[in-house]
Amino acid sequence: MRVMQNVSLGAHYAVRLPAPDDFAFWRERARGLIQCDVPPDRVSWIEPGGTGDLFAAEGPSRSDKRLPAPPADAPPVRASKAFLTAARRAALHTDPARFGLLYEVLWQLQRNPRLMEDKANIQVRRIEELAKSVRRDAHKMHAFVRFREVAVEDGTPHFVAWFEPDHHIVRTEAAFFMRRFANMRWSILTPRGTIHWDGQVMHEGPPARREDAPGDDPVEDLWRSYYASIFNPARLKVGAMLSEMPKKYWKNLPEAALIPQLIAGAQAREAAMVAAGEREERVRPATLAQVAQGAAACRDCAIADCGTRAVAGEGPSQAALMIVGEQPGDQEDLAGRVFVGPAGQLLDQHLTRAGIDRSAAYVTNAVKHFKFVWKGKHRLHQSPVAKEIDTCRWWLEAERAIVQPRIVLALGASAARGMLGRTVSVSKARGAPIMLDDGAELWVTVHPSYLLRLDGEAQAQQAALFAADLAAVQARVAQIGV
Amino acid sequence: MFLRSMAQQTLRQKLEILADAAKYDASCASSGTAKKNSVGGKGVGSTEGMGICHAYAPDGRCISLLKILLTNHCIFDCHYCINRKSSNVARARFTPQEVVDLTLNFYRRNYIEGLFLSSGIVKSANHTMEQLVEVARILREEHDFRGYIHLKTIPEADAEIIHEAGLYADRVSINVELPTRAGLNRLAPDKDESQIEGAMGRTKMRIIEAKDERKRFRHAPRFAPAGQSTQMIVGADDANDTAIIGKASRLYGSFGLRRVYYSAFSPIPDASAVLPLKRPPLLREHRLYQSDWLMRFYGFAPGEVADATEADGNLPLDIDPKLAWALKFRESFPVDVNRAAKEQLLRVPGLGTTAVGRILAARRHRTLRLDDVARLTASIAKVRPFICTLDWRPTLLTDRADLRRLLAPKSEQLELF
Repeated sequence: MRVMQNVSLGAHYAVRLPAPDDFAFWRERARGLIQCDVPPDRVSWIEPGGTGDLFAAEGPSRSDKRLPAPPADAPPVRASKAFLTAARRAALHTDPARFGLLYEVLWQLQRNPRLMEDKANIQVRRIEELAKSVRRDAHKMHAFVRFREVAVEDGTPHFVAWFEPDHHIVRTEAAFFMRRFANMRWSILTPRGTIHWDGQVMHEGPPARREDAPGDDPVEDLWRSYYASIFNPARLKVGAMLSEMPKKYWKNLPEAALIPQLIAGAQAREAAMVAAGEREERVRPATLAQVAQGAAACRDCAIADCGTRAVAGEGPSQAALMIVGEQPGDQEDLAGRVFVGPAGQLLDQHLTRAGIDRSAAYVTNAVKHFKFVWKGKHRLHQSPVAKEIDTCRWWLEAERAIVQPRIVLALGASAARGMLGRTVSVSKARGAPIMLDDGAELWVTVHPSYLLRLDGEAQAQQAALFAADLAAVQARVAQIGV
Repeated sequence: MFLRSMAQQTLRQKLEILADAAKYDASCASSGTAKKNSVGGKGVGSTEGMGICHAYAPDGRCISLLKILLTNHCIFDCHYCINRKSSNVARARFTPQEVVDLTLNFYRRNYIEGLFLSSGIVKSANHTMEQLVEVARILREEHDFRGYIHLKTIPEADAEIIHEAGLYADRVSINVELPTRAGLNRLAPDKDESQIEGAMGRTKMRIIEAKDERKRFRHAPRFAPAGQSTQMIVGADDANDTAIIGKASRLYGSFGLRRVYYSAFSPIPDASAVLPLKRPPLLREHRLYQSDWLMRFYGFAPGEVADATEADGNLPLDIDPKLAWALKFRESFPVDVNRAAKEQLLRVPGLGTTAVGRILAARRHRTLRLDDVARLTASIAKVRPFICTLDWRPTLLTDRADLRRLLAPKSEQLELF
């Protein structure tokens, strides 16, 4: 045992720290005390304004100056890197017992150099917990400082923030903001001190009050708009938000004022979206009768408000060929049957000529209701828009799932969109099959009403092309042999 | 008429439309890129490895980046997408300069870590991609911006333009959108799986080449130092969790992705009628992320995660996938915390990578008792049935038929907020 000339046996020492975050000072004093072999229970560590000394009755004799000088032959004090890293952070915690705890572990480290690895040791755990909450506080400072721009006479903008950290992190974290905003003039005001960066030099100042910081910044309106818009009301997870952005931070976050109203409005907004796409809850019809019934009652698009009836498909419920038109016309609507008007008659002629038995095919339309505008006494056909075709796909797909055709003939671009969900060019798509996801073939050609609108040579030409398309489909139907 | 209404939109209205349109992209990561800061530069910005979440929205998602679209006009017609051509949403368009000013104004006030820019496709894929690159170029070259930039790349655009994007951006991403080719064909008829994967493959090669060049030449340009990521929509088609996990592991393997994001399909305004689906539970997305973690950090093979699924190929919703696996393979337990290898410890439900690290370090110093383990983990109750310590053996517990019920979190009645 070394001889401790400078240490009065049994004496108690108090160390007054110049600042609550002065780790370097603690480190130097702790080193000296360990070299003098002063056990942890004989040292008190006192922060400015703190009352750490329980033995105050003994008077001011244990002031900093009276600390013993270490003997010349004292062995160097050692600590693992893990301790140093954790201790640097833990020292910034507001727990008044932190310096005592650090000294105690440093003391034990001299006998057990690998103590920090023993994560089950209560004091090691405590240091790690302190370090962790300081790290979290620093991270939240990086995240939640909000600068407000202040106009200054010389024209260079000055950005000022008010932040309330839990621990003594301001001085340490100044470096982070300096690296990020090196070419900006900024100040961060906190109740634990202020830091100012002028683009060249960092200054420290005394604690500030909230009133010292600017009260507003016009850009915050834009930021709040962004915050409200990026929020998805269909997935409310308030708990997840609160665990990362606890309420204590809200008062200094401009966007947080919106949170209550966003939450309150969320369910209504989601309900509105679901109601708009009501079919989410709907069960797909299993029979053609259910399709007809469902389509008749369907009010999912504006066409249903035309006051027309839904015209159901016709044909066997299991057919090799399904023929899809655009939508019922004036006469189809009156008769309640598909393809009975002029276009239907033309189609029948062509089908017969191509050798296709219409009664063996399932014939339907991409859109179930007749869409029109009044022109005098006449109901003038209006093409359905993409959105309406997509809405009606619900019924078309149900029909396809029931009938399970091997070949589908789409008459015109609307029918093709109803089948594919995308718009194709009929002139490009015709003449060759498109594979559908269930292995069926889709053949696209023009709508017979197109031929009715042409005359002369153009009509003859297009009629020939149409006939050729139908012939190709018939050949395919025969080939598949169903 | 159309042009006039565009001109009348204020910056704030555009921001509302184009942020709203961007919120279905799950990724907001700003981590894992090269370290840089504004010291010695002319502008602002730093990236220091760890991402920072500057705010959280009530949907629990972090707000780290200014996540917006350049425009939500789109010539594509993908059914799950709110911005598809046939949707009736309000449309808006930013100029590249407007995006630059917004980014800098937000960044200087410490609202964000940087920009995540995506876009609807206008005119052509190349034109759109050029506009996205232009925003990044102005930020980097004219303003010396050193914050984080994530650019969504358009697989249909030319390889040279995508390459340019990677030179300015920290991260690039291409969404695979749907887990199966059939789903993509059905719901995103204008997209093509092989085109998407081709672009991802080229990006991977560029990233590897750039890394290699930097090893030899210190000033070789960086290419997407934070790598590439992708996103899959869950629940818009009928792919089950086994299929999704398989696809994700293939994507990680083939394209060296940093992350695969899962986005539970959520109802969108003006939804397409081809989505005849209920909204999948948000928990499903969470379970997929957990399984993702099991594969990336816990040494689970994709097949093993698939083993944890139920008869329908989906992960159970009431318990996490690791617990589900442990309950199926009870013969692997209990694990002796004082002797078991790291790989075995990582399989114990309730022990995370941190806790396993602590156990491995602590057991060099003492033989662990149950109390010791309790100090090293978040919840000993969850761990106890699967481990032995010096003073604890779960005698009958691992064989109990009702173990699942005992360990599954109690369902709780939600309170009015």
